[in-house]
Amino acid sequence: MIRLQDHFTFTLRSLTRTRFRTTMQLVAMAIGVLAVVLLTGIGEGGRRFVMAEFASLGNDVLVMLPGRKETTGGLPPLTGEGTRDITLEDAQSLMRISDVERIAPIVVGTSRLSISGLSRDSLVLGTTQDFFSIRDLAFSQGQAFTTREGSRSRSECILGATLRDELFGPKRALGQWINVADYRCRVTGVLTDSGTGFGFDMSNALILPVDNAMQIFNTEGLFRVMIQIENIDAVPAMTTAVEQQMKLRHDGQLDITIVTPDSLLSAFNNVLLIMTFAVAGIAAISLLVAGVLIMNMTLIGVAQRRAEIGLLKALGASSKEVRLLFITEATLLATSGAVLGMLIAEFILWGLRFKFPEVPFATPLWASVSAIGVSAIAGILFSWIPAQKAAKLPPVLALQAQAGK
Amino acid sequence: MTEAMKTGAIKVRGVHRRFQLGDQTVHALNDINLDITQGEYISVMGPSGSGKSTLLNMLGLLDVPDEGEYWLAGEDTVPMSEEARAGYRRDHIGFVFQSYHLVPRLSARENMELPMVLAGIPPAERRKRLAPVIQRLGLTERADHKPEQLSGGQRQRVAIGRAIIMQAPLLLADEPTGNLDTHSGADVVELLEELNAQGVTLMVVTHDMALGQRAKRRLRMVDGAIVSDDTFAISSSEEPAL
Ligand SMILES: Nc1ncnc2c1ncn2[C@@H]1O[C@H](COP(=O)(O)OP(=O)(O)O)[C@@H](O)[C@H]1O
Ligand SMILES: [Mg+2]
Repeated sequence: MIRLQDHFTFTLRSLTRTRFRTTMQLVAMAIGVLAVVLLTGIGEGGRRFVMAEFASLGNDVLVMLPGRKETTGGLPPLTGEGTRDITLEDAQSLMRISDVERIAPIVVGTSRLSISGLSRDSLVLGTTQDFFSIRDLAFSQGQAFTTREGSRSRSECILGATLRDELFGPKRALGQWINVADYRCRVTGVLTDSGTGFGFDMSNALILPVDNAMQIFNTEGLFRVMIQIENIDAVPAMTTAVEQQMKLRHDGQLDITIVTPDSLLSAFNNVLLIMTFAVAGIAAISLLVAGVLIMNMTLIGVAQRRAEIGLLKALGASSKEVRLLFITEATLLATSGAVLGMLIAEFILWGLRFKFPEVPFATPLWASVSAIGVSAIAGILFSWIPAQKAAKLPPVLALQAQAGK
Repeated sequence: MTEAMKTGAIKVRGVHRRFQLGDQTVHALNDINLDITQGEYISVMGPSGSGKSTLLNMLGLLDVPDEGEYWLAGEDTVPMSEEARAGYRRDHIGFVFQSYHLVPRLSARENMELPMVLAGIPPAERRKRLAPVIQRLGLTERADHKPEQLSGGQRQRVAIGRAIIMQAPLLLADEPTGNLDTHSGADVVELLEELNAQGVTLMVVTHDMALGQRAKRRLRMVDGAIVSDDTFAISSSEEPAL
């Protein structure tokens, strides 16, 4: 019986002394795993990016829009065509419902901004102090509105990071006056660059107190009302409570729509589902390609070594020992190839995350596990089956394999 | 039987081997009967395709008869399991092939060491056994070369080293000089005969009349059957007295 140490010496020699064959098999194995890990990593990154966009809205925030639409499938109305406006008073009345923590009424429009000769069109958003807490917006300079509760709003405004740079460049923005159409406001704060949240690109927006914005756009109706609630579990109950309240105020007419985070997610569920399937499909195809690649390389390797199997048997190795030698070799090769491919893939993903920090490129565990599993199994199986066959042959036939070549 | 075990003698009874070639059956061994005692020097001659290699493979346990008995060291090897035959190949038989059959990635030394590795002999013991063999084969300077760096004669000497390293009592050589020039061929023959002189049973298949006639006992095969089996009292260059 061959000694354990000799077993490994023999295997290592056969790997290190036939460099070309070993390298080719290693590369086949590595490419297979690399393809799966990399492609699913990119696909999953995309999926998580979309998910994160929705999540940025917050789990505990309801959005009320004017107009009634049943949200059984399809997208909820993004532009409300309400029969009746949601007024500022309507929005403020919601604070009387217990469990409502904060509300933020919103009006949106575009307007021409100008400062000392410079002018450009910009997104203008009217809202209240609580909007910044609900959306988790932070300030790089200054602060939110200084208006005290109840009194008329001051002429103040807050700039998104990009807009600030475009309007003021290196100059100081805080305390400067800006013309918004025929209205003037003083800059009291600048937002940090928080990227794009769901809906609006805040870094390009100018934010005003809601009553001032309603004057500029000459409207009585709100675009949306964000309602933050204290208890996430109470979402269905709160939806009903808000609907009741609005029905009372609108003469028994239910003419608003409440969008919950769940309904929003489920509306986009189809999209997310397709992305998940796409990722799984990519993985499956890569695995298949990897498997075929590995099978080819391994089969060539074993065919070349049939004569050697015959020789080892002629020299007194039993079929069992010969099989064991080949399985050890195939296992060593398959696992190192798989690990190599995995390391390269993770390295590339790391580079991608570095280059595009906002997309969370990462391979799902199931993909890594099945990539390594499938290639290891393919590598071992496709070298084991022919080795098994060759080991079963009478040595003379296996030896003739070479003579025939 | 007890006697056979001691001498490592061979007894073959009614052995047949047939090959299927398309719809044709080739009768490669046709009723072979043979007794060989330890230490004999036997040559096997005959036309191409007459079954010489098949006979040698069968005696070397590389192939199994379809019919008949093959007694080696006191046991019939035909009903044995393949695993048991592997053990016999390792301990009782040394094989020398026409085309050497060396492992190309292993050095001369490692090729000769291979049977001992497969037998599980510890490295220290392996070195001890290798040293005199390498020296005797005149391979001291070439021991760490790969087969591709060796001449045909050197390769065949490595193969002989591998065949004798387990001190098998039976040495089978299938046209050992077939791929060699006259000079290295003579070298190899001299080496084999030296081993025979020390008590190893030697059986050589050859096309070469001169080589065949160096053996005391000469088998002649035609169409899978042994047609003559003559033993000559005087060996070497003497003509057989027919
Ligand atoms: N594995 C095999 N399959 C089919 N036919 C074979 C096989 N081995 C040998 N033969 C046939 O058996 C016969 C004897 O072959 P062999 O013993 O190699 O002859 P020799 O060595 O005397 O030239 C030949 O006809 C050969 O074709
Ligand atoms: Mg032959």
